[in-house]
Amino acid sequence: MILTNTETIPGLNIVEHYGLVSGNTVRAKNIGRDIAAGFKNLVGGELKGYTELLEDARNEATNRMIEQAAGMGANAIVNIRFSTSAVAQGAAELYVYGTAVKVG
Amino acid sequence: MEEDFNLVLVLLIYALPVLLALMAFVIGGLIERAHFKSIRTREAAFAHYPAVPTCSLDGDRVVGEARLVTASIVVSLDYFKRILAAFRNVFGGRVRSYESLLDRAKREAILRMKEQYPEADLIVNMRINTSQIGTTDGRKKGMGAVEVLATGTVVRYQS
Repeated sequence: MILTNTETIPGLNIVEHYGLVSGNTVRAKNIGRDIAAGFKNLVGGELKGYTELLEDARNEATNRMIEQAAGMGANAIVNIRFSTSAVAQGAAELYVYGTAVKVG
Repeated sequence: MEEDFNLVLVLLIYALPVLLALMAFVIGGLIERAHFKSIRTREAAFAHYPAVPTCSLDGDRVVGEARLVTASIVVSLDYFKRILAAFRNVFGGRVRSYESLLDRAKREAILRMKEQYPEADLIVNMRINTSQIGTTDGRKKGMGAVEVLATGTVVRYQS
């Protein structure tokens, strides 16, 4: 599966469009990470625990999108967009969407 | 005797936040300076590897590969700068502590994208999203942690 966030794939031709595909996941942070981040919050800088948490979650959402596209018979997804939103206290939604296409 | 004890207690209650702020000021400042130094040296190493928000490619070169690339970082202010930012809220104006925090997070996220594909030629259609991911200390006040996500399409030309 070829993924890009451009409208076309440089060097390849799109031969068929399958429409929107998307994947999402809502993750809450756990208490252990929260305590560690609380200490880190004192001196500032990168909160590595949270970076990893969101990265994992984003990969999961992307994999769901890829599965959906594969089910349609697509071999590429173009114009991929990501969005992150805090939906509740301590929980964030990661949403990925794009257009499933077939490239020749 | 009891008065002495009370005095110590009062001192402790008032001195502790000041001590924490002082500690945060020193350590947080050191961490930030070290981070900026590392960002500058790595940016210099990637000087010929641009990441651009447009989608234009060199017309005379053939694209070998184009792939999605993402990189992110979650950062927060130190305790001292958070207090400064809270004071800034009273008078308004530029909040420099957040400016430098976001500057460093964005540059780091872009560098992390490039480090995933060090052999590529450029990153096109680069986008940066900043989102608040909730207050890390459980309180409603303050900006808490900020996530910066950089995405783009990494392009390698055929040699």
